[in-house]
Amino acid sequence: MNALLALFGVAILFVIAYLGVDVLGLHSLFGIVLPYAAIFLFLIGFVVRIFQWAKSPVPFRITTTSGQQKSLNFIKSNNLESPHNTTGVIGRMALEILFFRSLFRNTKAEVKENERIVYGPDKWLWAAALAFHWSFLIVFLRHYRFFAEPVPEFILKMQAVDGLFQVGTPIVFLTGLILLASVTFLFLRRVVLPQVRYISLLADYFALFVIMAIAISGLLMRHFYKVDIVGVKELAMTLVGFKPVVPEGIGFIFYVHLFFVCVLFAYFPFSKLMHLGGVFLSPTRNLANTNRIKRHINPWNYEVKTHTYEEYEDEFRDVMREAGLPLEKES
Amino acid sequence: MSDIAKKEDLAKVDLNPPKKDWMDPKVEFKKGTYNYGSNPGSMKYLGMPFVRKLDPTAEDWELPENWKEIILEGLRDRIKKYRSLRIFMDCCVRCGACADKCHFFIGSGDPKNMPVLRAELLRSVYRKDFTTAGKLLGKMAGARELTVDVLKEWFFYFYQCTECRRCSVFCPYGIDTAEITMMGRELLHLVGVGIDWITTPASNCFRTGNHLGIQPHGFKDSVDFAVDDLEDLTGIRVDAPVNKKGAEILFVVPSADYFGDPHYFGFLGYLALFHEIGLDYTFSSYASEGGNFGLFHSSEMMKRLNAKIYAEAKRLGVKWIIGGECGHMWRVLHQYMDTMNGPADFLEVPKSPITGTTFEHAKSTKMVHICEFTADLIYNNKVKLDKSRNDHWKVTFHDSCNTSRAMGLVEEPRYIINNVCNNFWDMPENTIKEQTFCCGSGSGLGTDENLEMRMRGGFPRANAVKFVHEKHGVNLLSCICAIDKATLPPLMEYWVPGVEVGAVHELVGNAIVMKGEKRTTDLRSQPYETEEPEAEAVKAEEAN
Repeated sequence: MNALLALFGVAILFVIAYLGVDVLGLHSLFGIVLPYAAIFLFLIGFVVRIFQWAKSPVPFRITTTSGQQKSLNFIKSNNLESPHNTTGVIGRMALEILFFRSLFRNTKAEVKENERIVYGPDKWLWAAALAFHWSFLIVFLRHYRFFAEPVPEFILKMQAVDGLFQVGTPIVFLTGLILLASVTFLFLRRVVLPQVRYISLLADYFALFVIMAIAISGLLMRHFYKVDIVGVKELAMTLVGFKPVVPEGIGFIFYVHLFFVCVLFAYFPFSKLMHLGGVFLSPTRNLANTNRIKRHINPWNYEVKTHTYEEYEDEFRDVMREAGLPLEKES
Repeated sequence: MSDIAKKEDLAKVDLNPPKKDWMDPKVEFKKGTYNYGSNPGSMKYLGMPFVRKLDPTAEDWELPENWKEIILEGLRDRIKKYRSLRIFMDCCVRCGACADKCHFFIGSGDPKNMPVLRAELLRSVYRKDFTTAGKLLGKMAGARELTVDVLKEWFFYFYQCTECRRCSVFCPYGIDTAEITMMGRELLHLVGVGIDWITTPASNCFRTGNHLGIQPHGFKDSVDFAVDDLEDLTGIRVDAPVNKKGAEILFVVPSADYFGDPHYFGFLGYLALFHEIGLDYTFSSYASEGGNFGLFHSSEMMKRLNAKIYAEAKRLGVKWIIGGECGHMWRVLHQYMDTMNGPADFLEVPKSPITGTTFEHAKSTKMVHICEFTADLIYNNKVKLDKSRNDHWKVTFHDSCNTSRAMGLVEEPRYIINNVCNNFWDMPENTIKEQTFCCGSGSGLGTDENLEMRMRGGFPRANAVKFVHEKHGVNLLSCICAIDKATLPPLMEYWVPGVEVGAVHELVGNAIVMKGEKRTTDLRSQPYETEEPEAEAVKAEEAN
């Protein structure tokens, strides 16, 4: 149900792009105004959200340790899973952010006959997530070629590797296909796995469908409905130069692609997609397990009502004396 | 045990969720799956608000008129005070990696015991009142109105989470359900909703220094009793000072160690060890509890109870502190104590008087785990150990949630065990160390009235024990947590009869060769050379 609603939402977005561009011919709106607005929303929203997070304090050092602490010399500590210094934290965070360390641990539990539970490795989510995020990043970076003249060397090199198999004209970029395949997998697992389907919100499907729409329209534009690539670059260059001009006849599919990209950018800061920023700030991961080595300060630590030893002795003095326990005051 | 379903039936768990949408908050308070409400006397003693006797099954919870405002205000406050909460509310992508990592989900199949949904119970309310999308789009954006039914649902599920943090190991963003549950419980306490098994122990601890409410003379008696017992067992009279000023070390244990069974045998182990190495230490009747049920209440309650340890260390003028075997106690000592009640600048950096080792890793908090202390003694050959005295035990080790996932204390106890007994087998890899499964009764859920849920929650742990029991004949589940020692025995009795539970320092106490001792039995008064088949047969008979 949530999936259908999300799909419906994305379909409406497509119709808006169609009506706007093809019927009403609002090329400037879709080519200039919306991209600027989306980027603006994205930047402001992203910064505000990160600022909100950063300004809430971290009162306690609540590292989740996933390996041996540093304690005695003869016991080997694990600085990546239970970091005891900044190097360890950086290593742990790098493994998490670049290679999804925690997802790599994933297992699947099954309750079998005869009161038995078995756990199997389950790397599919990890593999798909890694494929998805990395290919998306490369696709994103590849687009830089539209915004720079001459195109920087590393972009060209990246493209060369990406198009290694030299299939098709223009050459098929592997990452484009991997992106579409992995996002499709992530969607299918959401509808097929009963537990994941049960927890999925409309927003979860919506994000996937928007990205799917971006990937599909991108692939269509590159390989099937050719667009005026020179015109696209001209628009991109004038957009970054803040003197935007929309060249004639770029092709409808380009505007669809661009529109979905705008939607994604504008939606980003208000959604779970902000995990991009959150993953860096999560206190269970980015704090070293140095709790007993260095005092962590809670900025809002306040005095609380305690039961002091004096109150305690006052209440129990007689029985303490009888039991032969030393006293601070005799009466 | 009599009024709980047969294990064959309890083990029939379907992990597939029902048709019903999770957003419907109605819960059924079925006998055996929830805890009784707080005792008004205890609430009053602790100065908690809206004192009354809560009956969770009642239709009317007699909430204060403005309960909703109180909760939402409390949530707003905590979002400002905790980056963890704010990020955990915003970041979850519902990938589902955590779903089957929770022992309560595996054991019950109830989808709201998936960590992601447990958090969504709170997150949905957060969206409704604190996010633009939630305000505008409501249910479509995953937002829910806070209603009495939602509150009841919070109560039900935030007390079906043992704050074990296993899910946070698997979450790609480290979202820690313990953090969510802790906040949820704090919010519930604001409107006078809590369970007695955390309120009354906290109140006892506040007054007498320990959860059981044992008064100073009672504490002294318990220690003296143990000294007598140890003399009967070994022929050696040890000194176990209480409230002794000027001792070098303050030793703080969970109160169950001197009162509970099988904790007590571990307590005898401490006494034997400290005597043998000639440690200058003292117990304290005022700080006679390391465990901290305040942790299961609120950060404030945790701080109020924990304050006694440093205060007493200061009053007695000790140099540093050793803490006994306990799980959640060590979460507080390791991750909260120094921040809350430090700095402990009146103490010295812990240095073992026996080996000369400086415990650099505890140089700020000045508190060392007994396993760290003992492992260091063994490594430096300061104690004579006879492993064969534990030959009647085939041992496995249960990592407590908090020592493994909040401290990373993983190898120290294994090092000790391997040096004090000959037969040790670890359970399967994904059930130990950082992936250890909770006993199912932690965080204040270990009550009799909650028995079914405990047996369900403990199912994954028991299942792993059963594996080594059948494969290697394991008959002792050793552990370093007071709640484990209290709640694993019934769990074993239910799922894996024939496996006993014991402290790591019980094994140490058995193995340690004391000068001048006359011993023929282990600390449980069992002869060293137990005829195993016989013992098994007796067990089987008892089970029938």
